[in-house]
Amino acid sequence: MMTFIDIIFYLFATILIVAALGVIAARNPVHSVLLLVVSFFSCSALWLLLEAEFLAIVLVLVYVGAVMVLFLFVVMMLDINIEEMRKGFVRYLPVGALIALVLAAQMIWVVGPVGPDVLTDDSLQQAVRHDADYSNTKELGRILYTEYVLPFEIASVILLVAIIAAISLTLRRRPKTKYQVPSKQMKVKRNDRLRIVKMDSEAKE
Amino acid sequence: MLTVSLSSYLTLSAILFAISVAGIFLNRKNIIVLLMCVELMLLAANINFVAFSHYLNDAAGQVFVFFVLTVAAAEAAIGLAILVVLFRNRRSIDVDQLNEMKG
Repeated sequence: MMTFIDIIFYLFATILIVAALGVIAARNPVHSVLLLVVSFFSCSALWLLLEAEFLAIVLVLVYVGAVMVLFLFVVMMLDINIEEMRKGFVRYLPVGALIALVLAAQMIWVVGPVGPDVLTDDSLQQAVRHDADYSNTKELGRILYTEYVLPFEIASVILLVAIIAAISLTLRRRPKTKYQVPSKQMKVKRNDRLRIVKMDSEAKE
Repeated sequence: MLTVSLSSYLTLSAILFAISVAGIFLNRKNIIVLLMCVELMLLAANINFVAFSHYLNDAAGQVFVFFVLTVAAAEAAIGLAILVVLFRNRRSIDVDQLNEMKG
């Protein structure tokens, strides 16, 4: 008997896997990015099912809203020869599919419904369902700002490094473009710009 | 069998990871798709973290996902910046043509 939660899980898990297959098989990189957005959305729905509401919303806002749009910008900005990029796809299809199947089979054998029963711990069998007034964001914030405050600070430094690295990598100085030089602007004296001419007053003709 | 358990989430994540590994093999000329496959891999790892966090009733797993998302965003930004510079210099993003360092 499938409950509502089961139906939601299998629905979004199917969408996630189909979209992920689309990401790696799509001919056009723009389609890949859009399918990646679909897979992030369905993953966010699964995280809501796991009562990780804050991370589900962050996944949509940060990933779909920022990172994927950045990908889309870059893909559309670059003029990529799609046919050239697809070379080798068919050639590597057998080995790629084989390795993926072996990898998936090994992992599913360990954690899945068949194979050795490794998830036997009692606490793993049934999840704790929280009440409606339980706030996942509050709980996450509580331990983030107490136990994990140092990693949190380091994360902000990593983001700062990423900003500076991305800007300094892509900043381009063209020789023909005219730039303002703020230090020169600040150092300018009145005498450099302004000339007062002394002259006698003249009568109007 | 059909009831959702921890094992279902771990299986889903394993399948997702395997798909992205296959993607790296298939699209080995296109750096953009390679970056997207790396994002998919990180997503698979994050599903594991969130699932264990839910079933063990421990929010530490979600904190870790938070940090993974931060690092992944930084990685995507720097990776795409490198990609743009590369395309500006080479007019191509073919992995096979990146042989200047003779690696």
